[in-house]
Order: sequence, then C-alpha cells, then structure tokens
Amino acid sequence: MFRRFLQHRLAVVSLCVLIALVLLAYVGSALWQYDFGEITPDNSQPPSLAHPFGTDSVGKDQFAQVLRGTQISLQIAVLVALFSTLIGTVWGSVAGYFGGLTDTILMRISDLVLTLPLLAVAAMLAQNFGGSWWLISLVIAGLYWAYVSRVSRGVVLSLREKEFIEAAKALGASDLRIIFRHLVPNALGSIIVNATILVAIAILLETSLSYLGFGVRPPDTSLGILVSEAQTALTTRPWLFYFPGLFIIVIALTINFIGDGLRDALDPQQTRVRQ
Amino acid sequence: MTTTPDAPAAAPPVLSVRNLVKHFPVRSRGLVRRQVGVVHAVCGVSFDLAERETLGLVGESGSGKSTTARALLNLQPATSGEVFYRGRELTRLSRGEMRALRRDLQIVFQDPYASLDPRLPVNEIVAEPLRIHGLYGDEGRTVVRDLLRTVGLKPEHGNRYPHEFSGGQRQRIGIARALALRPKVLVLDEPVSALDVSIQAGVLNLLDELQDELGLSYLFVSHDLSVVRHIADRIAVMYLGRIVETGTAEQLFASAAHPYTQALISAIPLPDPRKERARERITVVGDMPSPVNPPSGCRFRTRCPKFADELTEAERQVCVDDNPALVDRGQGHPAACHYAESRTLL
Amino acid sequence: MTPAGTGAEDVLGAGSMNGSAPPDGTVLEVEGLTVGFPSDEGLVRAVRGVSYTLRGGEVLGIVGESGSGKSVTSLAVMGLLPGNAQVTGSVRFRGQELVGASDATMTKIRGRRVAMIFQDPMTSLNPVYTVGFQIAETLLAHHDMTKAAALDRAAELLDTVRIPNARARLDSYPHELSGGMRQRVVIAIAMANDPDVIIADEPTTALDVTVQAQIMDALDVARRATGAAMVLITHDLGVIAGQADRVMVMYAGKPVESGTAEDIFYTPRMPYTLGLLGSLPRLDRASARLTPIPGAPPSVVNMPPGCPFSPRCPIAQPVCDETEPELTPTTSAEHTAACHFSAELAGREAHELFETTVSDADALAEFVRETEDQSS
Ligand SMILES: Nc1ncnc2c1ncn2[C@@H]1O[C@H](COP(=O)(O)OP(=O)(O)O)[C@@H](O)[C@H]1O
Ligand SMILES: Nc1ncnc2c1ncn2[C@@H]1O[C@H](COP(=O)(O)OP(=O)(O)O)[C@@H](O)[C@H]1O
Ligand code: SF4
Ligand SMILES: [Mg+2]
Ligand SMILES: [Mg+2]
Repeated sequence: MFRRFLQHRLAVVSLCVLIALVLLAYVGSALWQYDFGEITPDNSQPPSLAHPFGTDSVGKDQFAQVLRGTQISLQIAVLVALFSTLIGTVWGSVAGYFGGLTDTILMRISDLVLTLPLLAVAAMLAQNFGGSWWLISLVIAGLYWAYVSRVSRGVVLSLREKEFIEAAKALGASDLRIIFRHLVPNALGSIIVNATILVAIAILLETSLSYLGFGVRPPDTSLGILVSEAQTALTTRPWLFYFPGLFIIVIALTINFIGDGLRDALDPQQTRVRQ
Repeated sequence: MTTTPDAPAAAPPVLSVRNLVKHFPVRSRGLVRRQVGVVHAVCGVSFDLAERETLGLVGESGSGKSTTARALLNLQPATSGEVFYRGRELTRLSRGEMRALRRDLQIVFQDPYASLDPRLPVNEIVAEPLRIHGLYGDEGRTVVRDLLRTVGLKPEHGNRYPHEFSGGQRQRIGIARALALRPKVLVLDEPVSALDVSIQAGVLNLLDELQDELGLSYLFVSHDLSVVRHIADRIAVMYLGRIVETGTAEQLFASAAHPYTQALISAIPLPDPRKERARERITVVGDMPSPVNPPSGCRFRTRCPKFADELTEAERQVCVDDNPALVDRGQGHPAACHYAESRTLL
Repeated sequence: MTPAGTGAEDVLGAGSMNGSAPPDGTVLEVEGLTVGFPSDEGLVRAVRGVSYTLRGGEVLGIVGESGSGKSVTSLAVMGLLPGNAQVTGSVRFRGQELVGASDATMTKIRGRRVAMIFQDPMTSLNPVYTVGFQIAETLLAHHDMTKAAALDRAAELLDTVRIPNARARLDSYPHELSGGMRQRVVIAIAMANDPDVIIADEPTTALDVTVQAQIMDALDVARRATGAAMVLITHDLGVIAGQADRVMVMYAGKPVESGTAEDIFYTPRMPYTLGLLGSLPRLDRASARLTPIPGAPPSVVNMPPGCPFSPRCPIAQPVCDETEPELTPTTSAEHTAACHFSAELAGREAHELFETTVSDADALAEFVRETEDQSS
C-alpha cells in the first residue's frame, strides 16, 4: 500500500510540500525574528529582505502573521476533517448497514443537523464563548459530520448488497466485524476523498466566519482573517492579500492530491496510478 | 463420523426443509412506503438432503432458488416453515445459536467477483472464518496454506488480492473459505454459472473430489440442468417458488413427468449436432409470470403446453383451481402436475 | 422472401463494386482481419487474423470463451468499433470493401444489408420511443412508404417473430417488455429491411433456457423469411450444434479450428476444441469426469510467440512455443485446425489427454486427516 502511494507522484510531491509547510508554520515561526502580534516600526512595507511578505498598516510582520494563520487554519482543517469524518462515517455506516428503523432515525437526525444554519449557530456560540480556533472547529465539525454521514451511508448502502458482506454473515461474523473489517475499509476511498474536500471547506468556512466576526478573534489570526482583512487594501497593499491567499490554495490543493493518492493506494485493484 | 456410502437414503437426512415460505413485501415509493403487495418468492418448499448426497435445485432465474438457499441458512429470515439440521430447527434460532451452527453449514456464492472482499488479500479471506470462530491460533497460517493447496491454488499466491485471480481461481478461493470451518453441508448457489465451460469443469471436478474425500453434502443450486445432471444424485425442479418435480437424476432424465421439467430438458441444446437436430421437443411460450401475482392453481398453467394443447375444458379448470400436490402419480417419483405423465426426451 | 442477391446494385451503385467479384453465392468475406486497441500496457491484440467466408443463407457459428475476440470481430465487420481501434485486413460485403469505407457507405449497408443483434437488446432499442415507432423508423429510413404502411409492416414483423397481440404491442415501450420480448423486437427490426446477413452476438446469453429456445426459433423464422445468412456468435456449444452449418472456434483472437458442425463436434483436431467438448457436462448422458482445461486464456497484450494455447495444451512440444501454427486442412480441405500436432488427435478422447483431477491429492488427504482429528 505504501509502495502504491509512492507511485502516485503528485501525491508524494504534495505530501512533501505540505510537510514543508507544516514545519515552516511551527518551527519556522518559532525561529523567525518577529512574533505574529509584534508591531514593528515599519508599516505598510512591500516585501523586502527584512519582511519577506511585507508588513500591514500597523506594522505587523506579514510573514509571521501568515505562519501563525497557517497554524490556526491547519489545526481547524485537521480537527474538522477528523471529527466530522469519524462521527459521520460511523453514523452513516451504522445507518446504512442496519437499515430500517435505525436508518430512519439516524438519518432524520442528520437531516436535522444539515438544516441548522451554520452562521446562526456560530454567531450564538461566538457571542457566549468568544472565538477560538477549536470552538470554530467543533462548530463546523458539529454540522459537517451530517454531510459525511450522508455520503458514507450511500456508499455502505451499495456495499451492503455485495455478496462478500453476505459471505461474512454466512461465516458468522458479528455486525461490528462486518462494519469495521469489511464495510469501512471498502468505503474508505470515498471517505478520504470527502475528508480532503472537507479540509478545503473548513478553511473557507473559517474564512467567512472570521470575516463576519464569529471566528478566530484578533490579535490571534488565521489565513481567513488575513485574507479578509487584506480585501480593503487590495489595490494599495496587494501583498497582504496574495500571500495568505497563496497559502490557502496550496494547502487545499496538496491535501486534495494526497487524498487522491491515499484513495488509490488503499485500492488494491488500482494497478496503475493516474499521473 | 461414520459414513455408510452404500445406503445413504436409509440414514436420517442431514438437512430437512419443510414448507419453507419466504415472502418479500413490495412497498410503494415515497415517504410512507405502504406495503402494496407481496413477492411470493418461495412458497412451501420441502426437501431432504442426506449425508454425502448432492441435491440439485434447478429452475429458471427468479424461481426462488437463491431465496431458498439464503432462508435455509438463516441469512434471510424465513416467513414460515422449518429447517432441520441434524434434528435441530434453525429458523427460530437466535443469531448467537446460529453462529455455532454456521461451522457446519456453509455457502459458496455465484459471483466470484462480488463474493470476495476486494480489500483483503487471499490469505486473509480464507483466514476470516477461522478468526471469526476463534480458530486461527498458532497454526492458522498453515491451515490457510493447506486450504489453498487443497483447492488447487498455490499458497505462494496468498498475498495477492482477489482481482489478481481469474474467475475460476476466485471461485476456488470461495470454496477454500467455505471449507475452512470443515462444514458438513455446503450450499452452492450457482457456483459455476459465471465461469467459462473449460474453467467450470475444473470447479465441478474439484467439488466432486472434495465430496468424495470429505463426505460433504451439497445443495447445488443452478439454472443449468446439464451441470445439475452431472453433479447431482437427486434433483428438485423449481418453478415460481414451488418444487414441481423431484427424483433421482436417472428418474428425471429417463422419465420427466412434469410438463415444465419436460420443457426445460427440451430447451437445453445438446452439444451434438445430429442428436440436437433430430430431437423431439416440448416448447413453452412466454416468460415466467411475476411472483407478485402468481397464477392460481398450478403456477405453470399459463405456459403449460399440456394445458394449452391436450386438456379438456373440465381438466383445465382443475389446473386453474387446485394447486397440484407434489406426489407420485404413478411415475415412480413425485411431480406437481394433476396430469403428470412420463416422457422420455433424450 | 427475397432470394439472396437481389438488390445489391440499387443500394451500392455500380461504381462501388471494386475489387474482384465474389465467388458464387458468397455474401461476406473476411480476410486477415486484425484489430488492436492501444492501451497503457501495450497494444491489445483483440483480433489477430480472422478469415472466413459466409455463403448466402448459411449459418456460420463462432464459438469461443469470453475474451477470445468474437464480439470485436463482428463489430469490426459492422464498422462499429471505437475510434481508437486499429483495424487491418479486409471485409468485403458482396465484393465491396468495408474496412476504411466512408460513413455514408457503411450507413447504407448497416441495418439495410447487414443487421446486427446484440446480447443486450437495450443496446439497440431506444427507451423513450415505442416499439412500433422504432420498427417503422427503420423501415422508413430505407424505403419509400407511408407511415401507416410502415406500422402495418411493423405489426406483421412482430407477428412473424411470434409476439402475441402484435398490434397492441406496437404502442409498448421497451421497458414494458420482458427480456425475451425485447430481443424479439430487435430481431424484428433486424429483419425489417430484408438483410442479406444477420450477425447475432450472443443473442440469448442473458435469457433463460426456455426463452432462449423461443428466441432461437424466432431467429430461425427471421432467417427463413429474409433468406439472410447468419453469423451466430455464442459461447454455448449446444446452440452451435443445433444451428450452425459451419463452425469457427476462436481462441486468443484467432480461429484455431474451422469446419462443418460435424467436423468440429465429432472429429475435433485442435486440443482446445477437444478439451472444450470434454469439459461440457452433458444432459444426454450421465457423464464421467469432465476434462477441465488447466490454466486460463492468455492475455492478448504482449503475447509471447508460438501457439497461444501451448501453456494449457497437453500435447505441446517445444516447437509450439516457437512458431504459431496456421490453420491447415485436416480431415478435409474444409476442416482446418491450427495445431502442429493435429494429426495426433485422430481417434483420441478428451479424457485421454487432459488431466481430470484438479485438487492437490496430498493436501486434500492432509486436510481430511486434520478434519478427522478435530472431530474425534
Ligand atoms: N430482497 C428481495 N426483495 C424483494 N424481492 C426479492 C428479494 N430477493 C429476491 N426477490 C425476488 O424473489 C424471486 C426469487 O428470487 P431468487 O431466489 O433470487 O431466484 P433465483 O435464485 O431462482 O433466480 C424473484 O422474483 C426476486 O425478484
Ligand atoms: N474497446 C476496447 N478497448 C480495449 N480492449 C478491448 C475493447 N473491446 C474489447 N477489448 C478486448 O478485446 C478482447 C476481445 O474481446 P471480445 O471480442 O469482446 O471477446 P468475446 O466477445 O469473445 O468475449 C478482450 O481481451 C477485450 O478486453
Ligand atoms: S397441473 Fe395442469 S397446468 Fe399444471 S403442469 Fe399439469 S397440466 Fe400443466
Ligand atoms: Mg439465484
Ligand atoms: Mg462478446
């Protein structure tokens, strides 16, 4: 499986880029001469050697800010993908596998969750608890697992009819064993692809929540905040917009490619990989 | 385990099925999904399976063969009826109680592509039953290797995934998996229907050899009468959820008594040009009716050539009104036709 | 009933009769046909040199296991292969070359002169039109007639293929019909324009035997009514035995034996044919052991040299791995087989050549012992 992943060139490159990015965000920011909250005497500087990404109007070093933003955005993205995938997969698999009343009840609940307005929930929680990155993650995950559960239920429903599931029953396998040994591994490909999409969605959602003031709160920052703050300065200080924007795109893309690579690597039938 | 190969019929049957019924509800579409009808998939099927015996269950697709096989293994709950394995009734067993019996009753499925988990290597597929029943232990690896060798596969290939094997090899993997628990009864649901003939022959020979050595009983489900004749000691012909004729293979082919059996035998082309072109045929018209609204009385009457061409109006009325019982009407074996009459068609 | 041969000129025009005139009565000549599909692994050599002639009114059976190139051969004849297919060789319909022919020419011949019946009737039926409309459309495409007349004829055709209440059935949509009924509609469409050749590719494979028998009857009727010759493709040797005048056995993209039905079934001269016959369970006799052919057909990508059957062949010699045998005459000039040692098969039975035991005797014995240990 590992070999098959290594054959997927784009995924391997993406993984390297992502690892580099993570190192940069955590190790790099610790080593960097400016702290993300620190106000330097230079304000509104375009990129230079001292400030590779320039500075904003109050003099904060944009490089430090982007690295901090990357940390927060990655944490949010990973937490959201992890939680919603975990809960959603189990929820959807159980619903799809057992069917009948279980299915109806579980799916009604997840339908209900899907209808909750994300912004209203986020706004309410932000009012009462203040914005922090993990709260944002939990809010997004708390709504998006329902979406994952729909997807995994669909996959499981079609897998459930396969003869190899019936074969497992005929051998006397327990429901848990069938779900976790046979159904989930076979559904994993679709689940992973979904999770990578969730990562991108989470980053973007955080952006819009932050933009509306319900997300991460200054002085802390995230890539979303950086992008939204920079919008007003797009013509005068475009570097403030482009660097966090670039990071968002790179993160979303690399995670997507890694997801593709994982899916193919998990599928033993995939003898050749798409380059 | 004692075996008496010369008198299997005298011993009590290993497996007995009595009046097995399986209905599926037909529901309307939409939110409420009211039940709007019933698929009469299996309607009162009874048969016995003796030790070391192969019973062929044959009929066209949709006649209820697979449903029978699944219901008797408790993979789908029967609507009513009884299944006895060595005297124990199975249909009312709990899942846990059934679990222990699954070691004795195993099944091989039709589709060698769909019946093996594509994400598991073959070693794991064959080990799965052992693990489920806590039998893997220290010798698990050796047992799996032996099983693969037994069915004619190379144990070195155990690390490969199912898609790397041909259809015939996959079916052998399925057989190895079923054998792992050392069952007494093997239900084979169209085990060779998806295979090319030259490959199918290998699987049939393997089943023969396994039965000889291991003393297994087979319930061999197939739509192919030629295959069934080759492998089965006794044959039960199914039509639209009912058994219409049973007998030993010789009885059935020498003197088929039910018009449907006769039509089935006639319809199968012989791979022998001179014989095939000179054959007398009994042909039927139309398709099998839907099991949602099966015909009253004899379910075969809508296609029955005897009903259409030979019977008087009064005789026909009997076919329309009464369900013919599966009894011997003087042909030497039971047939569910009011006007059963032996014909030699080969 | 149209005698085979009338009407060729009015459709094709005099100028299109290029090449030599066909031998008497020949409607379809296939010569050295090869088809390759480029793929990542290499060229898929699906058809590696097929030649046959089809005479007016006769039935040529093509038999072989799945993947042997039966369907691709007939799709190549019909010019229905996907664009990436590389086709060489020649296909002549009444002397006119079809390989590389223009779309216009192919359209005139396809459906009108050469009709095709597929395994799945829904490949040829349009789910959104009624059966009557579809048959009438076929008629109107090639004939000058009124719509009403076309519908009348459509009903007649449905009646010919024994669809009950043919008139009423004209208004049915394909999904309202059973598989057998649909295949009859396809046969009715195939015969609508009185073709010279009908190519039927596994026309009954998806159907139950009793329905298969009905469809074979309908095909017979269609053939008699139109006088068409037929290429009948199937993997079912029984169907071939009942229907075909001549038989071509295909293996790995090539014919390996060809002759009359009697030749093939009673005096096979290719080990593959012999094994195939020996592997058939028989309805007409309580059979002894079957003779499975060991192994599996080769991949047609990157084929090694030599006879493609050699790895599975019980009489293979070193020469078989070096040179691929050509079809050569055996018991008669018409009965050809592609085997270096076909003469050795005279009077031999399948079970004399092929191993019938398939399990590993030692492993099985071991397994029995363990089983007994466990149960005691
Ligand atoms: N799960 C199911 N729900 C509804 N109908 C079913 C189900 N399984 C089988 N049937 C119906 O029961 C009938 C018998 O099916 P089956 O036992 O599969 O026949 P066979 O194996 O002889 O081809 C068919 O009409 C089929 O459509
Ligand atoms: N469009 C295609 N592209 C690539 N390979 C093909 C295509 N169509 C058929 N083949 C290959 O050609 C071979 C012959 O196929 P086919 O003629 O369909 O066999 P048959 O009809 O005898 O079962 C097979 O190996 C098949 O995989
Ligand atoms: S009972 Fe009547 S309808 Fe049924 S098979 Fe016999 S003759 Fe035919
Ligand atoms: Mg079935
Ligand atoms: Mg084909």
